[in-house]
This record gives sequence, C-alpha cells and structure tokens, in this order.
Amino acid sequence: MAVLVIADHDGATVREATAKVVTAASKLGGDVDVLVVGQGAKAAADAAAKIKGVRKVLLAESAELGKTLAEAVAATVVPLAANYDAILSPANTDGKNYSPRIAAKLDVAPISDIIEVVSADTFVRPIYAGNALETIQSSDAKKVITVRPTAFEPAGDGGSASVETVAGADVPKTDFVSEEMVKSDRPELAAAKIVVSGGRALGSSEEFHAVMDPLADKLGAAVGASRAAVDAGYAPNDYQVGQTGKIVAPELYIAIGISGAIQHLAGMKDSKVIVAINKDPEAPIFQIADYGWVTDYKTAVPELMKALG
Amino acid sequence: MKVLVPVKRAIDSNVKARVKADGSGVDLANVKMSMNPFDEIAVEEAVRMKEGKGHAANTASEIVVVSIGPAQASETLRTALAIGADRGILVQSDTDLEPLAVAKVLKAIVDEEKPDLVLMGKQSIDGDNNAVGQMLAALLDWPQATFAGKVEIGAGKATVSREVDGGLQTVAAELPAVVTVDLRLNTPRYASLPNIMKAKKKEIATKPVADLGVDVAPRLKVVKVSEPPKRSAGEKVSDAGELVAKLKSKGVL
Repeated sequence: MAVLVIADHDGATVREATAKVVTAASKLGGDVDVLVVGQGAKAAADAAAKIKGVRKVLLAESAELGKTLAEAVAATVVPLAANYDAILSPANTDGKNYSPRIAAKLDVAPISDIIEVVSADTFVRPIYAGNALETIQSSDAKKVITVRPTAFEPAGDGGSASVETVAGADVPKTDFVSEEMVKSDRPELAAAKIVVSGGRALGSSEEFHAVMDPLADKLGAAVGASRAAVDAGYAPNDYQVGQTGKIVAPELYIAIGISGAIQHLAGMKDSKVIVAINKDPEAPIFQIADYGWVTDYKTAVPELMKALG
Repeated sequence: MKVLVPVKRAIDSNVKARVKADGSGVDLANVKMSMNPFDEIAVEEAVRMKEGKGHAANTASEIVVVSIGPAQASETLRTALAIGADRGILVQSDTDLEPLAVAKVLKAIVDEEKPDLVLMGKQSIDGDNNAVGQMLAALLDWPQATFAGKVEIGAGKATVSREVDGGLQTVAAELPAVVTVDLRLNTPRYASLPNIMKAKKKEIATKPVADLGVDVAPRLKVVKVSEPPKRSAGEKVSDAGELVAKLKSKGVL
C-alpha cells in the first residue's frame, strides 16, 4: 500500500494543510509520498521532506504547474498513479479543481471532502451542507480523495525524506492570464488560530472594515464574513465562511452580527470555542455558541477592544 | 455558439435536510425540490449570453438544458426553459447516479449535441461533491475553468475569472470547454408568467439512461448516513470583561 499526497504550498514552504493531509494518508496505512507541483518550488519540496512519516517527496515543475492549472496537474499525476493505491489532496479550491479531473482520467469515483478515515476503503464526508454525514465504502482499486484539512491534526516535523524530480506537464489548451491575490499581514483564514467574522448587521463595507479590522489586528486573527455580508458587498468573497465558502475550525471563532444561517454554521461549527455577539436574542447562532453576548456590536466591539487591553 | 447547461433537481435550498431514522439516507419524501441553485446561475448566464447582456449580442445561439433524474426532473427543465433556454433533454434514471456516472452520461450527450461550451453549477447542494464539471472536462479532454465569478467569450476562448483561495485567478480556456459557475457570477431572474407559459411549448426530449450505452454502475456503497454531532448552547455573558476572563480561562486568548 502506498499513498500519494499532493501538497498545498506557496513555493517557499508547505502550508499546514499538507501535514494534515499526510495524517489522513497515514490512516489509510502504508507508505506516504508527497508530490509538490509548481515552478521554482524546490524549497517547498525540501519543507515537505521534513514532515514526519513521509517516505519521499516528488517535485514536478512547469510554468502551468506554477499556477496549479488542473489540466497540467492531472497530466502530471496520472502517469504516477500506477505506483499508488490512493491519491489525496486538500479540499481547498486547488484540490477541488484538479482532483476530480485526475479521478475521471483514472476511471475512479472521486471521494470529496472527507472528515474521517474509517478504513482504507471507507470514509466519512459531510453532505447537504453538513446537515448529514455519509459513510461511504469505495469498490475502486484506486482511491482519489480530497481531505478537509480542519478535520485532521497536522503530522509533526522530524522527517528526512529524499526529494526526487519527476516530469512536470504543460498543456496547450488553457492559459494562465492573471491573478489578483488579496495581500494581508493577517493569518490565512483557513489556518488561523482565531477568526473574527462579521455579518450583514454591519451594514456597509466601510463599517465592516472599521469594526472588524482593528479587532482582528488586536487578536492576531483572520477576518471572515457570512455569505449574507459577502452577497451584500460588505466583504470580499474570499472572506466567506460557510458551506459555499471556506470551512474553518480555529481555537476561537467570534461571530459579530451574524444570525447563523445553516450554511454559515456548516463552515465554522467545528471551531473549539465559539463566541456570538448579536443583539437579537433569538439568533440561531446562540444555539451553538459557547459564549453568547446579547448586545449591539456597536458598543460591544469597542468594549471588547478595551477589555483586551 | 451552442451552450449546454446540465441542471439537477435537488432539495430546495431553504429546506433543512433531515436524516432518516434508519440511517439509510436523507428523507426526501414530501420535501420541496428545486433546481440546484448553482445550476440556476449557469442557466442565467447562458441566457445572458444569448440576450447579449454583459456579453456580445448572440454570444450564445442555442441553449440546450439537460437533466439526469426521475420523470419529475422535467419540471426542473421547464424552469430552465422559462428562464430562457431553448430546449431540454431528460435522461431518465430512477436511481441516483454517482458523479462519475453523471459525467459519463453528460459526455454521451455532449458527443451527440456537440456544444461549444458546457456551463454548469460548481456543485449540487445535496451531494456537495463539486466534481462533475471537472470529470466531464477530463472525459472529453477539454479544458476546464471552475468556480467562475466572471466569464467572457471571445476569439474562440472562454476567459474566466475564478474564485480561488486567496483571491481571483483568471484563465483563458480554448473552446470547447467546461466552465463551472460560482455564486457571484450573477443573480438569476425570476421567470415571468408569459415566459413560464412559453416554456410549456418548448421541446423536452426524453431518453432512458440505458439507451446511452454508458456504464453507470455504482462504485461507492453508502454504509450509513448519520446526523452530525450536535453542539449545544453554552452560557450568556453580560459584559466584555466577563467574556475576556472566560476566554482566558479556556486558554484560547
């Protein structure tokens, strides 16, 4: 048994999601290799080699792999698949993009967004926006799986795997044009220890940033938003926490002016401690909050800032 | 340009799914069903391509919608026809097909219809797999552009702004291509009564899934479906000092 994990990385180092997927991979049993696809990503491959439990790291590079284009990732991974019983990727936007393409090329039924490994062929995954959990058993000889990183602890450091270079594919029919990545000194939303999220109650983009940004900076937190706030244009889409946005599970989640629609709860209910600040005592968010404070955010947030010192 | 839009009949997005007591699945008896919301966005965008709204006039010349499901999925097709699609195809299947099988059925339809663009929802809100579009592109060996927040058609390409972690990525995919749509692409219209009436006269061709000669055998067995662990309400606090003290004692501050 051997499992291939496709790394999540920024070229210089691997993101924590990679070590979490390695944990899921090790639960399938057998050897775990990590594939780093990118361009100029040797440093990330070296970082992956230090993850505990990794047998070897494969590094594949090309211009299109540098932009993680699904066609290039699939064309790189499919020739490697003969050596592996399972191919695991993080269930982030990259993994969700390329993993089903790999599965179809291998004639395998993909298994999306697993939160538990029951055995080498049986997995648990959320369906219906997290309102139900499905345990499924795959009869395919090979498994192609995306893993919800927040559901697994990261594998530790201390590995000393070798790094090998493998062929990186380029594909002719899709071209990278441009990207606009949000630059922020704050931690990444999906990996932050503390997340402060704002909802539609904040009323405008100006108010959203005026309230949320200083609080996030004080706490060293990432900023999230409900889909209602994103739909209303108060916050950019990549802030969105929920079934249709990002799934987060920080140590502390502070929901401000968020009522708690099902689809939002699906994205944050695995947080360790949840705080809800909302002036409506009937808001559904209070049903899952560890600490509820029924009050207007306009007075609550300044008081909270003061109490934090 | 001919556009094919697959649409799925799924639980209405305002209904809370309930797990059956015997753990065999989600109870869909007497539950309101609607078009999967992401698919509605795909239909809307295709119609805008035909109307020249946000696109050059006649970017789309014909819009074909296809649904795979029971006889009632024809209602979902009618909804798409009322938004402005031209004709429908119902691939009738009384069993729920897995995403890989759906992708294979859609490939068979694409082989017959030869569209220049397949525009579809990024995921359905029941299975939440987010896989069919990518798999259809793979089976056709077409380019894919997933999670579209903006689509421009021109010079034989679909230029798509994709909603990715950390921001937006723009790619240009040579047509024919598969584009899957995200929430912010557009806000679907409500079909007007005259258009609902007109949709009743539009053609829906029905074909049994068995006639397509596609292997739709399941690869996955549902062992059980269960309720997620419940989280219960904690305590109320009355001021910031109390909240901060509690969070410190929990070790999260």
